[in-house]
Amino acid sequence: MSRVFPVVLIILTVVLVAFATISPGHLTSATSPDQAVRSLLERVKGRDFKQAFSYISAASNIDEGAFYQDVNGSEGSLRTYSSLQDVDTKVLKESDTEGTVRADLVWSSAVGAIYETRDLHVVKEDSGWKVLWPQEKQANLPPQVIPVNYLRWDIVHRGADEDWGAQNVEPPRVRIISMNAIERDGNVIILGEIENEDTVPGFVAVNATLLGKDGGDLGQESSFDKMSHTLLPKEVSPFRIDFPKMKLASVKSVRMQPNAMLVPASADPVIAVQHQRMETDARGHHVLKGELLNESGQTVNIPHVLATYYDTAGRVVWVSDAYSDRALLPQVPVPFAVDVRDVLAEIVHNYRVTVNNYTLDRDR
Amino acid sequence: MSKLGYILLALATCLFASYVAHAGELNIPNQLSSGQGFSIPTSGTGTATFYLIGPAGVIKRAVHLGDAVNVAGEETRAAGRYVAVLRSGDSNDTKVFFVTPGRPAALNFLARPSRVPTAKPDAISGVAFVFDGYKNLMLESVPVNFSLAVEKSAPASRTVPAKDGIAWIQMASGRSQGAAQFVASLPATDVSVRRVVQQVAGDACNLHMKAQAMAKTIVVETDPIRDCSGNAVPDGTIVTFTETDSRGLSTVDARVKRGIARAELPLSENATISVAAGVVLGNEVHIRWASPGNGGAGAARANLKFKDGIATDGGRANAEGSATGGRE
Repeated sequence: MSRVFPVVLIILTVVLVAFATISPGHLTSATSPDQAVRSLLERVKGRDFKQAFSYISAASNIDEGAFYQDVNGSEGSLRTYSSLQDVDTKVLKESDTEGTVRADLVWSSAVGAIYETRDLHVVKEDSGWKVLWPQEKQANLPPQVIPVNYLRWDIVHRGADEDWGAQNVEPPRVRIISMNAIERDGNVIILGEIENEDTVPGFVAVNATLLGKDGGDLGQESSFDKMSHTLLPKEVSPFRIDFPKMKLASVKSVRMQPNAMLVPASADPVIAVQHQRMETDARGHHVLKGELLNESGQTVNIPHVLATYYDTAGRVVWVSDAYSDRALLPQVPVPFAVDVRDVLAEIVHNYRVTVNNYTLDRDR
Repeated sequence: MSKLGYILLALATCLFASYVAHAGELNIPNQLSSGQGFSIPTSGTGTATFYLIGPAGVIKRAVHLGDAVNVAGEETRAAGRYVAVLRSGDSNDTKVFFVTPGRPAALNFLARPSRVPTAKPDAISGVAFVFDGYKNLMLESVPVNFSLAVEKSAPASRTVPAKDGIAWIQMASGRSQGAAQFVASLPATDVSVRRVVQQVAGDACNLHMKAQAMAKTIVVETDPIRDCSGNAVPDGTIVTFTETDSRGLSTVDARVKRGIARAELPLSENATISVAAGVVLGNEVHIRWASPGNGGAGAARANLKFKDGIATDGGRANAEGSATGGRE
């Protein structure tokens, strides 16, 4: 008995280790298009990209590295800070040899949930159903030197030994150039635009206080990520301030308070927003699409798109935003899409897209 | 007692009261200037304690009666109400007197703002506080001279009487940008305080651009951008170019560099391009491309030039300039 027990333990350990090592390698062949897509995405969710890649058809003409970059991100993009949280699939079309599956993906990211819809083609191969993963061809910029000579603003504040009358450098003058209050989904929403009228950059925030019929405060909120906070001279940014669970009828007036701080800033990078157009996506919803083009020589890691919508009278009727999960490489256009409510699409006459940028390693 | 006796007794009582009152008051002037010392003669023998209670402190000193009590100028620096008390045994001799500010000798000057657009009426304010040599606020009226000058421009100067120690002024910013020297001074003294108010260009005026088609893009470029006073707007100012064509809207927030904003927009065969800086709109250019056919299109495009919205290559391209309304 004293010899048998250790031997049994050793054998059991070896078996368990072997099982644990070998088991993931045994891929279950997908028996349907839906299963192929689900299996692939479940492995992406578990960050097992190697196994996920084995569900991809060779006809996709994509290598493992490119697939990894597609689902895990690169260049410090938002996707590199994201993980696949939820997957929902729906078979759109299926035959004996091929099919199309719509995958609704929810990514959890540093800036909240990001929703993505992909229509994936699936083909039947000898080893089972495999996914034709679309490879996004990204133009490579040839090696070159891009001279950047935009100015930056630095600040020297007053010294401690100055007399009390000596003036400090003042914050930039900002002005709210339009404002509109609406009620949507049981929320009161304050929309508008603010301009930096000064000749220096500023960090700008907009606070709003709703005043009730009796003159008392109903609530106070500030713009968060629905505006560009760093405004260069003469730059205009939209803002949106949400007051949850409020009725516009109970609001007598709104007190707006734009705050500006003088901050060091750089005039670089310049991001062009090209070919903005309103389209209908695969689900039949309206989206504002376009391409972002980073005209500078430095990679923009996380672009944040802000869209302002105007009615026929030029009034701001909505402000929405979206983060692109791809980094903006120099001179390479990257598509973006911002969801537009279908109800809103009917009254939108014009729109304007601006881009916030977050760049790691700024002083490189 | 007779009536005369009563009258004499009352008179004697009044004289005694008057004597007592006179004997209890120290011999100090009712008003002194700040920093002005003085001496108080005393009579009698023995010791006493002298107190000087002022707005900035209290002094206590043992004195010999018969000797004069000397108060140094340093002890009356602060202007205000003073009480001097000489205490000897049970008797107190007191005197209330006032120290007023001396001659004006210092200024504190607040100038706002530190940065102002050119040619704005009443945009610059200055507030001067007049003090004497001991930092007492001068309450009597003193003239203060304010002067605002930008290099190569005649200074604007005005004299304002200070009221209760404060003189203030509002002045228009000049028409030229630059560091304006804003000086407050006291006439007939060498007292002056200088502040710098940066006069900066205002909103762009007559914003105008031209477009040039290149091989793959349309290059748009503004003329030198100036405000309505002719000052160049500072580099880094955002200028938005917007191109509208059948593929949608393309925008570039270009930065002014060396007085000019320049951007590249997608090449288009039929587009409208507009320019704006903040809430100021510039001209609009319509580009219509009469396609010369596939062969050599790129080269032809590369040679297209638009000036003031008019094509300059013999009319193969058609561009029209037009005025525009408000920003959308």
